[in-house]
Amino acid sequence: MNYLVLQILLLITTGLQAPEKFFTKTGTIRFDATANASLEKVSAINRSVSAVFDSKSGQLLFVVQMKGFEFEKALMQEHFNENYIESDKYPKADFKGQITNFADLDLGKDGTSRVSVKGTLTLHGQSRTVDAAGTLELQNGHILLHSVFNIKLKDYSISIPGLVADKIAKSAAVTVDCTLDPFITH
Amino acid sequence: MNKRILILTLLILSIKVSVLSQDTTSLTAILGTDAPAREYVTSAFKSTRVINGQSMEFLRPGTMDFRILHRFGDLSNGVKNFFGLDEASMRMGFDFGLKRNLMAGVGRSTLKKELDGYVKYAPLSQSTGAGASPLTIALVAGITVNTLSRNDTAAKPEFRSRLAYYYQAIFGRKFSNALTLQVTPTLVHTNLTPAQQPTDRYAIGLGGRLKFSKRMALTVDYFYRLNGRGANTYDPLSVGVDIETGGHVFQLHFSNATGMNERAYINETFQSWGKTEIRFGFNLSRVFQLRKKTQN
Repeated sequence: MNYLVLQILLLITTGLQAPEKFFTKTGTIRFDATANASLEKVSAINRSVSAVFDSKSGQLLFVVQMKGFEFEKALMQEHFNENYIESDKYPKADFKGQITNFADLDLGKDGTSRVSVKGTLTLHGQSRTVDAAGTLELQNGHILLHSVFNIKLKDYSISIPGLVADKIAKSAAVTVDCTLDPFITH
Repeated sequence: MNKRILILTLLILSIKVSVLSQDTTSLTAILGTDAPAREYVTSAFKSTRVINGQSMEFLRPGTMDFRILHRFGDLSNGVKNFFGLDEASMRMGFDFGLKRNLMAGVGRSTLKKELDGYVKYAPLSQSTGAGASPLTIALVAGITVNTLSRNDTAAKPEFRSRLAYYYQAIFGRKFSNALTLQVTPTLVHTNLTPAQQPTDRYAIGLGGRLKFSKRMALTVDYFYRLNGRGANTYDPLSVGVDIETGGHVFQLHFSNATGMNERAYINETFQSWGKTEIRFGFNLSRVFQLRKKTQN
């Protein structure tokens, strides 16, 4: 009997192990590339961002479908996909990175911590290193990630024709808001 | 007994350890692969018209396209006529996007002071992914109303003598980002037809676009009339360039046709390319978003 009890205990504790990976397929990323003088807002929101966070190593992965960006104006959305992002050629953008101050974080209890993230953003076929600051909040077993950072459009070969230079800014402010749920491995 | 406990314990512990030591590539594995969802092909043409004829392209729902069309006079008149620019025929129109595959429009041409209206519906749209379709089939039904006063025309007293109807089925395919082609069987029925013109005119439209830069494309629009040929009327052929800016599409072209609705350019093109009786014209299109899509 004793060994049976021991087996059961071990199996239960394996199952009760704290989830180490968190993920979502409904994360949100907004960007705003409105130029100072522009009367028209150049901004969009994507509500189906995929994100994974490894709570043992501090690694982050985001995958974004470019056609999922929604604009207020249908024509702007069409131009974004056809002329700027060329989403037929580059349907996805991704970010592979690491929380650099991961060692200082305590993921054992609820609360908000400041994080620094460093990684590679691949957009429009170009890869660049991105350093971003943000917050990581642990709430009832869910992880809420928030960050705002800027990217230069030129870095990703996104060319702005002279005709619309007063509408589209040279850099875009990107806002990431994702709520990640525990991923249970069986 | 003890040995078995030990072996079982080690087995269970080893499962725990293997879960802990997964490497980073498993992050991607968690996301899984998405089954390809259906994606409709967009931007086959820059505009809802090839040049004169309807294209396989639709306006997005909640948008309105304000279109101004100009057809000038014959180039061959030379400088006296400022190469035809002194004579201008105009059509002003409003097109509305209702659903992804449904749109409607109204317009008025100065030629014969003709009103026109149409509805365009695509029962099948070119798409990739799940349930993909290799082409778009779009059906057009339209009506034109001659509103000249009775003194100016041989119109009979009945209102319906001013009317003509047209029906088209557009079969179009975007072959690549650069090339789109479409074929449009057409029927134009004119209630009160002038002499030597068939009441029911059948024609096949051929339209294409070749995109040669991000915002510019070469377009060709041709209708081959199947019946009632001869009698000093010709097939309308237009060749032009589309230029797209932020919210406008400019279509600059040369054509032998002056008419700007289906009844007019298919039935009443009296000049020919062969005799270089061609004219310069442009279509100017400006899209407005009437109903905002999302809140950012």
